Amino acid sequence: MLEGEDGMSEHEGILAFSETYDLMLEMLGKGREIADGLHTSLAAVLVGFNVQGKANELIKYGADKVYLVDNQALEQFQIEAYLSVLHNLAASYKPEIILIGSTRNGKPLAARLATRLEAGCIPDCNRLTVDEQGRLVGERITYGGNAAAKITFKAKPQIVTVPQRAFEKSERKDRSGQVIRLDVKVEEPKTRIVESKPLEVSSVRIEDAEVIISCGRGLGKKEDRVLLDELATVLCGQVGCSRPLAEDRKWFAEWVGLSGHKVKPKLYIACGISGVIQHVAGIRDAKVIVAINKDENAPIFEVADYGVVGNLYEILPALKEALKKQLG
Amino acid sequence: MRIGVGRRRGLKRIIVCLKQAVDVSQLRVDSATGQLLVAGAPRKMSDFDKNALEEAIRVKEKLGDVEIFTLTVTSEDAKAVLREALAMGADKAYVVYDSSLKDIDTLGTAYVLAEAIKKIGGFDLVLCGETSLDSFSGLVGSRLAELLSLPQISSVRKLSVEGDAVVAERALEDAVESVKAEMPVLIMVTREINQPRIPSLMMIMKASKKEIVTWTVADLGVQKNKLGSKIEVIEVLAPKTERKKIRIAGENVQEIADKLAKALVEEGVVGR
Repeated sequence: MLEGEDGMSEHEGILAFSETYDLMLEMLGKGREIADGLHTSLAAVLVGFNVQGKANELIKYGADKVYLVDNQALEQFQIEAYLSVLHNLAASYKPEIILIGSTRNGKPLAARLATRLEAGCIPDCNRLTVDEQGRLVGERITYGGNAAAKITFKAKPQIVTVPQRAFEKSERKDRSGQVIRLDVKVEEPKTRIVESKPLEVSSVRIEDAEVIISCGRGLGKKEDRVLLDELATVLCGQVGCSRPLAEDRKWFAEWVGLSGHKVKPKLYIACGISGVIQHVAGIRDAKVIVAINKDENAPIFEVADYGVVGNLYEILPALKEALKKQLG
Repeated sequence: MRIGVGRRRGLKRIIVCLKQAVDVSQLRVDSATGQLLVAGAPRKMSDFDKNALEEAIRVKEKLGDVEIFTLTVTSEDAKAVLREALAMGADKAYVVYDSSLKDIDTLGTAYVLAEAIKKIGGFDLVLCGETSLDSFSGLVGSRLAELLSLPQISSVRKLSVEGDAVVAERALEDAVESVKAEMPVLIMVTREINQPRIPSLMMIMKASKKEIVTWTVADLGVQKNKLGSKIEVIEVLAPKTERKKIRIAGENVQEIADKLAKALVEEGVVGR
């Protein structure tokens, strides 16, 4: 095991891993930029079973090298198995930066890798830069959405986790690189997956929606979501909600907000949502925010581009008709 | 320490890790500097950890003969939070209270928790919140599992105990997994798992007789060099929101809707 006193020397290069392919490409986009700035190399870690077909794609999207670990024991994500592979790579190649995709599986992986390497970890970085001393600086939302923290490292490796859609994948280019196939001893999992069911969510992920019409406690009953559905149809958008409607009333399976889905649509229409800071933290990256609320003092108006004080039951049908007219 | 040795005997002891967090709903910002005023803000039990404690209590209610110990690592007085935990139904509260813990990071926190858990010993289940209300890092539970070499199940929204094993339902981005592990095991719970109870006056009074065990870092024999932070916070600022804040008003709903539709078309955010 690496000792903590490695300090800031010896380490070189960037290692990136996510078990989610799209997120991996987004990390390679950002990773490429950081690697060029630091004049160092970017390696992608490709782990799984029969996954070699993706190796060259990772190079096209920015990796200089791909460490390929292909093993039947890695077919499913199991934390101990994946951790042993990443720890082995990190201990042998001593990267100065490790990027890990911040999924429900990826985050515990990053935390345990950082612990095994006695390293620091900055989770869920929405921005990544390098300071004058060459240290990685991560920015993240904290204190329930009340603050953005800028954090850096005192030692290497510098491990950060990267949320989905925080960064853009780079353009696919005709680049060449090295694919290095490695035979790594895989640790036995300590838990057993008894069953895995695909989640019953709408076929399109809300993170990918360009238009979102969201409701909050101002919606009187579950059936009334039809008002939002109709507007969504006109705008080719999706319907979302704030946390109370999902967690307390159980009308929806998931919600938009800091603890739910963080979204960045072109248009976000918040209907009957008061705008607590945790909700706002989830929609901060929307291009245009519209708020419709009966309470003229609702905090949502402070973070909206367009505010309408009024009854959503009247406004939404009228807005639907007006948009139909405008859009022809 | 009894973990991992000898014949199993079903679930006997649960340790719940509880963080005293900044109450983020009561934070204020210094309007001149944009700095967040964290120091003076009220504290409370981190929500996710409260769900973990509630789940422990529900397991105990089902199985009977189970002890629930809570464990808190803090550089500030946390009595009120510990009393609340005892009132909810914990049997005993352990706290590592030491001003030297002020600047530790998630690794340091996990070290102290791990050493305290070893000192308490004899546990079958460690329950943690998936993340914390204030820093929202979500790293400590996983780091603790690593330090204690425990099987770990995170993002848990349903939990059941079956003999010497647990079965937990995990909510992933695109799937729901059912995962089984032999105890001892560390579980990280989401807020969906339950609705924490509010202790009655009777429970609060009964809890005043329950024991709070206070340790310092020295009591645990933690090596000081293990507690140095690996990260450095450069600044914590209130995020700037630059929104247009245009109120759309009109004589009637029709006029308002027309104005809003027009504005959205002009913004280029509707239509193809």
